[in-house]
Amino acid sequence: MMHVMTTQILGQVAAVADDLSAFGQDPWWLILVKAVAIFVVLVLLTLFNIWLERRVVARMQHRIGPNVNGPFGLLQSLADGVKLALKEDIMPKAADKVVYFLAPVIAVIPAFVTFAVIPFGPEVGLPFTDRTTPLQLTDMPVAVLFVMAVASIGIYGIVLGGWSSGSTYSLLGGLRSSAQMISYEVAMGLALVAVFLYAGSMSTSEIVAAQNPGQEYWLGVIPVPTWYALILLPSFVIYVISMVGETNRAPFDLPEAEGELVGGFHTEYASLKFALFFLAEYINMATVAALATTLFLGGWHAPWPIIQLWEGADSGYWPLLWFFGKMFMFIFMFIWLRGSLPRLRYDQFMAFGWKRLIPISLVWIIAVATIRVVTLDGGIDRSYLLAAAGVFLVLFLVLFFIGDSGVEEEETARAAEAEVDAFAGGFPTPPMPPGGAVRGAALPMTFADRRPNVISDHTTTEATSQEDKP
Amino acid sequence: MTEPKSLKEQFWDPVAGFGVTFRTMFKKVVTEQYPFEKLPTAPRFHGRHQLNRWPDGLEKCIGCELCAWACPADAIYVEGGSNSDDTGDGSGRFSPGERYGRVYQINYLRCILCGLCIEACPTRALTMTNEYELADTNRADLIYEKSDLLAPLLPGMEQPPHPMRLGDDEGAYYRGAYAAPAPSERGAK
Repeated sequence: MMHVMTTQILGQVAAVADDLSAFGQDPWWLILVKAVAIFVVLVLLTLFNIWLERRVVARMQHRIGPNVNGPFGLLQSLADGVKLALKEDIMPKAADKVVYFLAPVIAVIPAFVTFAVIPFGPEVGLPFTDRTTPLQLTDMPVAVLFVMAVASIGIYGIVLGGWSSGSTYSLLGGLRSSAQMISYEVAMGLALVAVFLYAGSMSTSEIVAAQNPGQEYWLGVIPVPTWYALILLPSFVIYVISMVGETNRAPFDLPEAEGELVGGFHTEYASLKFALFFLAEYINMATVAALATTLFLGGWHAPWPIIQLWEGADSGYWPLLWFFGKMFMFIFMFIWLRGSLPRLRYDQFMAFGWKRLIPISLVWIIAVATIRVVTLDGGIDRSYLLAAAGVFLVLFLVLFFIGDSGVEEEETARAAEAEVDAFAGGFPTPPMPPGGAVRGAALPMTFADRRPNVISDHTTTEATSQEDKP
Repeated sequence: MTEPKSLKEQFWDPVAGFGVTFRTMFKKVVTEQYPFEKLPTAPRFHGRHQLNRWPDGLEKCIGCELCAWACPADAIYVEGGSNSDDTGDGSGRFSPGERYGRVYQINYLRCILCGLCIEACPTRALTMTNEYELADTNRADLIYEKSDLLAPLLPGMEQPPHPMRLGDDEGAYYRGAYAAPAPSERGAK
């Protein structure tokens, strides 16, 4: 089966490679214009995202948020950026000078580079020329792999930044950050495999095209879903969860938990170097949102009812609107999560990544691959397979949740067995759990109700003390 | 010990939290646009202090230092001085009775605005206003002198030093047994 799949995929990739003929035709000045445009858009997007996040979170907390600098406070992040740039640049004595300087650069460059392969729109005519060009810097047969690979390089910036600061806290923060990002990158990559299987390509523009074939209808009315967010819903859910973990955002913002830690890997950084880390973080947020849009929400294509009502929605520069609309939906989701959820504990977070997301996505990939092969080769009726996969998935999920809660209940029951007199020493102390020191969350303290016993206790102690005297 | 979680608690409640934050976005905000729009404080807000006057303009402060002794933050410094009715030596009468507060300083870098000094004051000379903008760019200006704290002269008041106008002795002042129309103390704020 594997062999069949690989040959199929390879065949498709080879076929796709020819379809990328639109790329690589631009003259050098157009490439430069595109690159600069992406750079400017990303920087502006970062400023806007910071403003948006502060405003939206503020509204969720009955506040207004920044509203003084510029119209609606839009220039607040610019002012913050300027302030940051004008601050003193401190180099710790214990720092490794070269690496300390390079780390923020290593973090920020990959963040920009990943956007080179994100398709913003179809081929458009350039104003003032008769040239047409895709609204995408470049594309390649392995574009999504390229994104994953370059994003991993960004993690080096964080590890090296933490290590080169010469501070224990920075080092620990860097390790935590990188452990988190690497863990969730695995789940993220696995979530993308199903997309590759369905699209038959790893090129971003091909995946977008594969998600938007001509609209078909069931029974003439119900539109057949074509976006992978609907067809491959489990993949989409896993991707969305892991992209929050990947970007160190709440509720997975353990490395930078501002209530608990000073800073994390960037504790020793100040001024522009710190600003670069900050910039990289927000661009990464935009990157994963753009990637989710491209891979799961049909990319720059107009959402379902619009293209039926208006033929021109997918041509010219309009797709930019749909693309950024979908992207901001994800950004809003990030903000909403931050406004709603408390932070996870580190062990919960790691357990969720390794014990839930990765196994579930592995099982889902096997199911998708099986269905795909069977559908392409024919043979078994597809509906039987889908039903079987559904039953299997439900069983799997149920086992996951039930198994764990059962164990927890047993533990609680065991702990509850021994009722300890907390006032035994005259001062309230929590009982020592039967299994020794507590592992995980400690149980809340409980004290036996002593009120009815007060008098008898008193007399007995008196009696004993009198007995002791002679 | 802990009750098992119901299905609703396990699955619905975590989702319902998102509804709470989303709905809050469209609710009225509680923010006051402070520097642009100054809302009145509570009527008995503990703001900057004020040294009050009698209706004829004499100061109520008798320089007893009870406020300074009551102050938990040691923010008040008082030096008393003697009133004299003979105008020869240039001092004169600033308050009814024997003594007056010659030096009166409150250090707002130390003051916690707790109001214990107001409770300690035997003549209601020291009260608090509703003014709360007590910020400055240097330390020296935050030590308020007697001239900064004294209530302004209202119509009918006369700048001390001058003799007691409302009665023959301080007893008349303290008992309120004076005939002159008293401008209200609240107006002086």
